[in-house]
Amino acid sequence: MMVQLPITLISFGYLQKGIIDPIAADVRSEFKVPVTVREGHLDLSLFYDPARRQYNGNHLLRYVDGEFGNDGCKTMGLFSVDLFIPILTYIFGQAFLNGRTGIASLYRLGDEKYGMAEDEGKMSERFSKEVIHELGHTFGLVHCHNPVCVMRSGTYVEEIDQKERHLCSRCREHSGFH
Amino acid sequence: MTEQISILIVDDEESVRDSLYNWFIEDGYRVATAESAKGALSLLESDQFDIVLADIKMPGMDGLEMLRLIKTLRQETVVIMMTAFATVETAVQALKDGAFDYVTKPFDPDDLSHLIRNASRQIILTRENEGLKARMVNLEKVEDLVGKSVPMQQVLEQIESAAQSNSSVIITGESGTGKELVARAIHANSSRRFFPLVAVHCGALTESLLESELFGHEKGAFTGALYNRKGRFEMADNGSIFLDEIATISTKMQIELLRVLETKKFVRVGGNKEITSDFRVICATNKDLKSLVESGVFREDLYYRLNVLTINIPPLRERTDDIPLLVDYFIQKYCTSMNRPLVTIDSAALRRLEEFQFPGNIRELENMIERAIVIGNGKKISLKDLPLEKNLIDSSAESLDDHEKNHIFQILNKYSWNISRSAKALQVDRVTLYNKIKKYNLKPLE
Repeated sequence: MMVQLPITLISFGYLQKGIIDPIAADVRSEFKVPVTVREGHLDLSLFYDPARRQYNGNHLLRYVDGEFGNDGCKTMGLFSVDLFIPILTYIFGQAFLNGRTGIASLYRLGDEKYGMAEDEGKMSERFSKEVIHELGHTFGLVHCHNPVCVMRSGTYVEEIDQKERHLCSRCREHSGFH
Repeated sequence: MTEQISILIVDDEESVRDSLYNWFIEDGYRVATAESAKGALSLLESDQFDIVLADIKMPGMDGLEMLRLIKTLRQETVVIMMTAFATVETAVQALKDGAFDYVTKPFDPDDLSHLIRNASRQIILTRENEGLKARMVNLEKVEDLVGKSVPMQQVLEQIESAAQSNSSVIITGESGTGKELVARAIHANSSRRFFPLVAVHCGALTESLLESELFGHEKGAFTGALYNRKGRFEMADNGSIFLDEIATISTKMQIELLRVLETKKFVRVGGNKEITSDFRVICATNKDLKSLVESGVFREDLYYRLNVLTINIPPLRERTDDIPLLVDYFIQKYCTSMNRPLVTIDSAALRRLEEFQFPGNIRELENMIERAIVIGNGKKISLKDLPLEKNLIDSSAESLDDHEKNHIFQILNKYSWNISRSAKALQVDRVTLYNKIKKYNLKPLE
């Protein structure tokens, strides 16, 4: 039987306590492994691309993996800045498939970014899903076609809203979580 | 869907390659990357990719030149061109050269997902289409037409020339010689092959049923006609219609058939709308149509209308050279369909088959081999597996002695050379039987 590693959630920059705790609870309940929350510090300006006015997600992921990741756990870097990768206009997060590290940002997850009224509950729920999704990749899961599985690919917030916070039974079985 | 799709990313920028690689890997695609057009082409020579996502501006060979080469290597590869410096001219050129789409970097994640999903859908549809076409061709493949003998080679040549034309064909031959297979071969090799071959066994239907079957009927045309129904002529539109046992149709149907063949127009039973259908007629019969015309049973005008090309299939006894090939073919066919290891046939059994008259022709041989595989030992077909006892009688035997010899030999084989039981069956004593065996020099089969 596969031994599942504990998870460390590292919050970089200003993220309210009220947001992190429910996410940690969701992650714990989904993966049934110990989840630790801590704060991390790094100079985000190193990852800032002035031409795009966004933060390079590829560099950031590699940095978090190198500086904060370890083989004894899955590490998830949580951010509040706008992430991109060179080929895409933006990303919500990314992770090393079957690796030890992932990153996610809540920058584009709030309704206020799309001209609607701020809804902190909705944003927190979307962030939970995004964090669980990226952690799923670190456990070797690829995108799932089940419309409600958290591993379904979501390129805009409405797609994130459509899925649930949970792995479908097939992904659960694939990843070794029962 | 994604499990079957492979993507090759070609870009000189490592960060672009890595980003796309990670993106597609998470989507479950099979992904490879190349940093130059040259590297991509060498990968494409050794491996097959469904989608190539390539940058236009690269050092050395550029993306557009690579696109043209990819299209000569493998036309069906879906190529998507990317560029950070979009111009209308390059976009038009890329599409003219066969690119599936043209996108400007960076893309919106949603656009990228849509683009790849659309490309995948096209690839899957193309594959399905190719598969279905191959299945259609296989369905009509006439691999059952086995034979290298001179008479069979002549038949194959006639099939080939009949397939090139659009004329009516009459196929004659004894029962079991494979007339329907020849009809299928003509259709499968003709320009009508992607349309249906509709077979009608005229002998199996009464006159009124045949009429409704061929022309179709309107709802309420007769008791039980609950729905409108297309006839076989209508179904054979653009294809061929195979009328088996044509000699059995009634005089009334002969007149109707003649009219349809001349005009290619008909009306459904109980209907009044004229329907036009473009079909080719292939008929078969085991009767001598010419003598039926002479005796007035078959209409002369219909005979000449149908008899543009005639293919006569020789009976199996006239092409015994083909028997070993046919035996091998049927062994292969039935062992495969029964999921059994291939069996062989011993030389004595094969020799006996070559001497056999086969009144039921290939159909009889096929049934014999199928039966032998079912009841045999699973390794080798021997004489005892073949129901040939009755047929060991030499039909050319005319003398009483020859008949006696054949009959005794048949009975001995029937009782596995048990002398007492054979003598009892022959109603002679054992000594008489021994004397006959000695007289005719009879020996058990190998």
